[in-house]
Amino acid sequence: MTILIQKGHIIDPSRGIDGIGDVLIENGKIKEVRIQNTEYRSQKSNPPLPPFSKGGRGGITNSELKTINAEGMFVIPGLIDMHVHLREPGFEYKETIKTGTAAAIRGGFTTVSCMPNTFPINDNASVTEFIIRKSLDGLCTVLPIGAITKGQKGKELVEMGTMKDEGCIAFSDDGLPVMNSLIMRRALEYSKAFGLPIISHCEDLTLSEDGVMSEGLLSMTLGLRGIPAEAEQIMVFRDILLAELTRGKLHIAHVSTEGSVKLIRDAKRRGVNVTAETCPHYFSLTEDAVRNYDTNAKVNPPLRTKKDIEAIKEGLKDGTIDVIATDHAPHHRDEKLREFDLAPSGISGLETALGLSMKLVDEGVLTINQLAEKMSLNPARILGLLTPHLSSLITGPKGTLAVGSDADITILDTEKEVTVEASKFVSKGKNTPFDGWVLKGVSLITISKGRIHEWQ
Amino acid sequence: MLDKKDLLGIKELSVENINSILDTAAGFKDVLGRDIKKVPTLRGKTAVNLFFEPSTRTRTSFELAAKRLSTDVINFSVPTSSVVKGESLIDTALTVQALGADFIIIRHSSAGVPHLLAKKLRASVINAGDGTNEHPTQALLDAFTIREKKGRIEGLDIALVGDIIHSRVAKSNIYGLTKLGAKVRLIGPPTLIPREMEDIGVVVFHSIEEGLKDVDVVMMLRIQMERQGKGFFPSTEEYSKNWGLTPERLLLAKDDAIVMHPGPMNRGIEISSEIADGPKSVILEQVTNGLAVRMAVMYLLAGVRK
Repeated sequence: MTILIQKGHIIDPSRGIDGIGDVLIENGKIKEVRIQNTEYRSQKSNPPLPPFSKGGRGGITNSELKTINAEGMFVIPGLIDMHVHLREPGFEYKETIKTGTAAAIRGGFTTVSCMPNTFPINDNASVTEFIIRKSLDGLCTVLPIGAITKGQKGKELVEMGTMKDEGCIAFSDDGLPVMNSLIMRRALEYSKAFGLPIISHCEDLTLSEDGVMSEGLLSMTLGLRGIPAEAEQIMVFRDILLAELTRGKLHIAHVSTEGSVKLIRDAKRRGVNVTAETCPHYFSLTEDAVRNYDTNAKVNPPLRTKKDIEAIKEGLKDGTIDVIATDHAPHHRDEKLREFDLAPSGISGLETALGLSMKLVDEGVLTINQLAEKMSLNPARILGLLTPHLSSLITGPKGTLAVGSDADITILDTEKEVTVEASKFVSKGKNTPFDGWVLKGVSLITISKGRIHEWQ
Repeated sequence: MLDKKDLLGIKELSVENINSILDTAAGFKDVLGRDIKKVPTLRGKTAVNLFFEPSTRTRTSFELAAKRLSTDVINFSVPTSSVVKGESLIDTALTVQALGADFIIIRHSSAGVPHLLAKKLRASVINAGDGTNEHPTQALLDAFTIREKKGRIEGLDIALVGDIIHSRVAKSNIYGLTKLGAKVRLIGPPTLIPREMEDIGVVVFHSIEEGLKDVDVVMMLRIQMERQGKGFFPSTEEYSKNWGLTPERLLLAKDDAIVMHPGPMNRGIEISSEIADGPKSVILEQVTNGLAVRMAVMYLLAGVRK
């Protein structure tokens, strides 16, 4: 099938493209991108571009041409979420690869990387193979993240090479971080052989103990056990030092504190091979969201304070934080409808991430170009998706509209307002603290795996 | 008068609410002094003690308070572990409500559970202690006792001594006594006092000698043995040596100071027997006043629901 996206505002930070133009897609690949001359921009109406060449190899005939009018909308490389929980295998009552990828598409994501804390844990090639096989039916591309250690127990490294061959693109013990510094050092060293990043959920478990929210006046007032910011920062600093020692490839997951932003900024200045992500809830909500013991705002790391939000925005703006990921963590309603202490942590984030991130563009924290970097180009770069992958599973470059790349495209309207309705989430997980929020900038069309998904 | 159907915490109460409960309790205390200690005030009502944590004194006090009001009482004790495995908290509470409960008196190891139930239930939820959050009826009976003994609360210097960080009794008392105009001090090792306490206007002392100077009321808190060896304090011996209430230390307080303890006491650890059994101790009166205060709470909440 051939798809022609016309007159959209095309943003492709990988090649510095920012202008009105057309994108031609053929057989699931980007065939051509044309930008109007800049002089057209000042004119009230955009004169049509000269038609794409007809005939010959890859030529267009009208019968198989699908045209999308993207006038007034942004056309950006498909969003890549490098931190989601798809729950399959093992927790299909929370989410499945099918529902999770559908939620991704609804949120504008064309690729997601799923964390290994399934049951069984993705700590060996057969689980990786299962996820990949299941994801073939999924609406978007799924790239599994393997565990760093067997059983996420922090003791023995997984077979990284074998798992890479099956499709793993990074390693992380996520919620059960590797506490043993020697094992973490080995992981950062060994993974270099395969060029894959180690993603660290930074939490000193001995310090956070059984805390359930940010430590401070509010946690004391609510009688809930607190997690100090230092529980995150100690591990951020440890892992930065280990990355410095090993020259390994470190990616820090879901940064939530001002102190972490500072540590990462300093490390980058020193030239440490470290990248970092944050999630929309860490720049949209403070700890105040749990004031009524609202378990939908229970998340790990916990929501912090205004000061932390400001630091995270600053970190996004100056490039300290490379990526906006969702940490999409769907849970069943019954699991969240219970004692705050006992409710699981996590927010179902795929369907609100773009709208919440667009607020940063509205506030002038990020440009739309930077947004496309944080949500597509940078994750692609970190996960090694910009170049054709050795693995046959990832068919082509992602995170870019360069000719020959996968035709993963997100078309969004930055003016349209949408009210978040948790009950209407495509994801099985309706657990969101953003129910009822009015967001601007939603994905209207997501193109993935050669299919066009469209909403009004 | 009260304006909410539930008693979730002292935080949620206004000064008027607190005074109204204390005034009503005074009337019920008279009833308890009579030969016939029962009134028909809440006949036909049902109270359920839904206790997810072991408790004898609080549960018994609520049970007797309800009976004195001619309310039927059912005790529903659920070890938390079986709930973790089986029925959800909300299902348990809805079941109890379906049995016809007007009052659900709840104790749970997780903070916020009464708040969660209050949203889901029509019945009045009374917090009998939720995790390390609050234990409002204890603070009310303590305020009642202080007011009775001292004639006022405003302007008094009141010291809370011991494990503040894990104590819902301390939290509720801090909120209540501060609202009523007392000057509250906390005494204990830094590991047992949250550093945010100073932000809410109380004064923190780590030396018991300094902290007890000229106070009107000394409120001792129970030291939980299981905290020992967890980094909060090295041993009960060392704790007792540094923060235990001895007759010599009590001399630092005002001559007419009273000594309180929510119980159960560890004699010889946080409080010496001479003091517990001595003339300044009002510990047993606290227990009696607990009945009157809990009767008042149920009576006033029934009025809200009417």
